[in-house]
Amino acid sequence: MQVLKRKTLALVGNHAVAYAVKQSKPQVLAVFPITPQTTMLEKISEYIASEELNAELIKVESEHSALASIYGAALAGARVFTATSSQGLLYMTEMIYWAGGQRVPMVAAVATRAIAEPWSIWDDHQDFLSKRDAIWIQMMAENVQEAYDMTIQAFRISEDERVILPVMMGFDGFILTHTMERIEVLEDGEVDNFLPPRQFNLIDFSDPIGVGPIATPEDYIKYRYEAMKAMERAKGVIEEVMNEYERISGRKQNGLVECYKCEDAKYVFVTMGAWSGDCKVAVDRLRDAGVEAGLLKIRVFRPFPKEKIEEYLRSMKGVIVLDRAYSYGSGGILANEIKATLYGYRVPVYSVIAGIGGKDVRPRHFQKVIEDLINDNLEEERWLL
Amino acid sequence: MSSLVTPKRIPKFYRGNAACPGCPIPKELDVLLEVLGNKTVLVVPASCTTIIMGDTSGMPSTVPVIHSAFGAPAAIASGIVRALRTRGDKDVIVTVWAGDGSTGDIGFASLSGAAERNEDILYVCYDNEAYMNTGIQRSSLTPKGAWTTTTPEGKREYKKPLPFIIAEHKVPYVATASIAYIYDYEAKVRKAKQIRGFRYLHLLSPCPPGWRFDSKLTIDTAKLAVETGVWPLFEIENGEFRLSSVSKTLLDKKNRKPVAEYLKLQGRFKQLTEEEIKGIQEEIDEMWEEIKKLVKK
Repeated sequence: MQVLKRKTLALVGNHAVAYAVKQSKPQVLAVFPITPQTTMLEKISEYIASEELNAELIKVESEHSALASIYGAALAGARVFTATSSQGLLYMTEMIYWAGGQRVPMVAAVATRAIAEPWSIWDDHQDFLSKRDAIWIQMMAENVQEAYDMTIQAFRISEDERVILPVMMGFDGFILTHTMERIEVLEDGEVDNFLPPRQFNLIDFSDPIGVGPIATPEDYIKYRYEAMKAMERAKGVIEEVMNEYERISGRKQNGLVECYKCEDAKYVFVTMGAWSGDCKVAVDRLRDAGVEAGLLKIRVFRPFPKEKIEEYLRSMKGVIVLDRAYSYGSGGILANEIKATLYGYRVPVYSVIAGIGGKDVRPRHFQKVIEDLINDNLEEERWLL
Repeated sequence: MSSLVTPKRIPKFYRGNAACPGCPIPKELDVLLEVLGNKTVLVVPASCTTIIMGDTSGMPSTVPVIHSAFGAPAAIASGIVRALRTRGDKDVIVTVWAGDGSTGDIGFASLSGAAERNEDILYVCYDNEAYMNTGIQRSSLTPKGAWTTTTPEGKREYKKPLPFIIAEHKVPYVATASIAYIYDYEAKVRKAKQIRGFRYLHLLSPCPPGWRFDSKLTIDTAKLAVETGVWPLFEIENGEFRLSSVSKTLLDKKNRKPVAEYLKLQGRFKQLTEEEIKGIQEEIDEMWEEIKKLVKK
């Protein structure tokens, strides 16, 4: 690994992602304001006005048009970007599926936020996870550094010819978007080398085609089968891209999942996003108290890294899945995925629902849950109200 | 004296497509592409043209076609043109080809947004005055009095005056056209092709099954719409209103055919009483009084 004195900046999450976008050089962007994403749009507007980023920013009248317009630009060969949150992500949902179904490379940053009604501007993962079947790669950052890194990686993964899928990068609203952290950034030239110019254009006047016509029942299922295979291939590509990024940046990237003190653990938390940091604090405290605790952080939710999860969790005495989102009438969304992955293994999986609508969660809450588990006092599903 | 020989012309929009008998859409597209040329991209939202454009096995278009969700064509076209222009491709005409439902209803916000941003696109609304592809349901562009499957008693509300609404966005070019006046239509497409910025063309597009007339009467119906003054042919160039073609002669009421001739050709108006027809005639006359003011300006 290179040992370099890296350029460091103090940036809030939204500005870190905007900085990564500037370095990734998209040609067309379309973003509609929504809390807590808006300061990213403002920063991108400044970059374009000052010509630090030479790109077209389409100031659309809605999120639906934001995704529709970058979809058009992507078909015509541009590298494209959008960002949104909560209601905005829901409003663009039709086009989210449209772009996923057509398998168009693009990157969307999602500042995760609870969904109304009732109104809430605070963080949970319901918006992000509601897009889990839209044929998008979904990654989630733990901190501002990861949000910066993943944004650059997202363009590369999305445009990889073995993948050709849109990528969504989730990072927790306010908790990351508005928190200033010291981060290391790549030099512009390093990003240029990592992200070669995009080779993709479906608009060819010498051989005109129709993009997205009616598919007969014979054909439609084949398109979807190909999408399924692309998603499976993406697992390897994501690991490969992150390893390359690790070499360039000199910082560990962890691939699809990050295992924190879980190799010799008996009890493991499973998390996604910013509260993984709080969970690490809880794990450290539990270790100090002699509890063999660990954490498995899911960095990539789609494609779901079943193989890795199985490898890490199959012999645990207890697994506690922490969910910031819920499938009503079913269960914690991440918990359901983990249970399905561990089908056939005799591993007890517990679901904890917390932090919904921004409800504060602290390391001591995680500690309490694992203590209850050890004392045989934890229900299969618990809501931290 | 040489006889009239029809020159052999390869259509720009192939025949043998999935349009209904008597549907004017293929001819309208053929004329459009003839004038715009090969460096045209068509953006087509959910509509009759989605079907006419074929399926995964092939399409009748000779230019690239981007299919669009119902409410998204103006936004998709905005993205395409921005991407092409940033690459230095200045000549391509990015053209939306959308029905009245997409244009006036579900895609209205997106259309208004693109017009307000003065995107460099040509937006053509082919207006068959209802959701025809789903089976004749009323849209905001269905005229007052018309039967549809969702207005079995006849629509009670007015047709949304879309060309004027778009013109209020101060875009460089807005025009109406009709397949019955093909040279007027061609001239407007030609003019629109030369202009940069947002251009809007509204084509009244008679639909035999939806309007309930014999499929051989498409052109007669389209012609009567103009001759009765129901569908005035005009253009608004940089804010300047100008009547075109035969509509220039229709300012004087006595030159306009009675609207009853247009209405009686179509089954969708058959439930109208004489009183109601009289009311529609009065509304058309009032509209022409408004047009007079615009012409005078």
